[in-house]
Amino acid sequence: MSDNPNNWPLWEIFIQSKRGLDHKHVGSLHAADAGMAIANARDVYTRRQEGSSIWAVKSEHIHASRPEDAASFFDPADDKIYRHPTFYTVPEGAKYI
Amino acid sequence: MSQALNTYTLRLADDLLILSHRLSEWCGHGPILEEDIALTNRALDHLGEARNLLTYAGQAIGKSEDELAYGRMERWYTNVKLVEQPNGDYAHTIVRSFLFDAYHLPLAEGLTRSTDAQLAAIAAKAVKEATYHLRHSSEWLVRFGDGTAESHQRAHAALADLWTFTGELFETDAVGDAMVKAGVAPEMAAIKAAWNNTVDTVLAQATLERPVDGFMATGGRKGLHTEHLGFILADMQHVTRAYPGASW
Repeated sequence: MSDNPNNWPLWEIFIQSKRGLDHKHVGSLHAADAGMAIANARDVYTRRQEGSSIWAVKSEHIHASRPEDAASFFDPADDKIYRHPTFYTVPEGAKYI
Repeated sequence: MSQALNTYTLRLADDLLILSHRLSEWCGHGPILEEDIALTNRALDHLGEARNLLTYAGQAIGKSEDELAYGRMERWYTNVKLVEQPNGDYAHTIVRSFLFDAYHLPLAEGLTRSTDAQLAAIAAKAVKEATYHLRHSSEWLVRFGDGTAESHQRAHAALADLWTFTGELFETDAVGDAMVKAGVAPEMAAIKAAWNNTVDTVLAQATLERPVDGFMATGGRKGLHTEHLGFILADMQHVTRAYPGASW
């Protein structure tokens, strides 16, 4: 189906559930343009009061890392626990750092 | 509840119930998944409003919403003929909803100021939904009209087919007049003006020509329908008629 050149482009949809929170990726859908993508997202992803704001991004504009790069990208972080700020004593009385 | 208010409430309910049923026929058959969901959402919005209205009308005459929806024959249904027209192609479905939405929104807005508290409350909920419905059908109509030669032609044909059913939306009679006088219903002239304004604006955007007013169908409010309503009711009512009182 996605090989059909007549299909509308694919859009990635991000929904903000409450003001102040992040927009979270909820899925994707087809639409002819941005306006239709947002209208479709409203109908597909906010039917059960999930959202207060919608972002739509054309899927082709999302650039992803390649799975085969995962080892060289992410594994080197495995043994670098000193990058976690866990070696400091939290001053007394400091609630938030 | 007066007889006139009861009749008036049923008219409001029947328009929405029958349109809801027509739109629900698209369930699983929409042109794309996203539109399939959009149409069924909209069918459920209409059904929700219809249920509130049927319940309200039924209370006065000792009938439940189900008895009113499933127990009345064609002649007792008082919806306009526009909403019972077949889905046709997608242009027909969109044009039918557009012509209705452009009427439903100003009507619901007017009803929020009704002297009847229950109708006003039902309308207050409906206004938000109707605003979205009109936006949805308008956007599609503009896409069709201002789209390809074929989509333009189909939208044009749908408008020409359905235009004859638009006169009925604005008919007045003793019941309507009594409701306006009692402050229950808004003035039809104001609804018509808002409808004209919406239709002209959207049709201009869609590069579609407004059909010339000719013969206008009538009779729906008196229970005289096109041949389509009987089939809709057969579909809608056959289970309750075959198994009266059944529940699941």
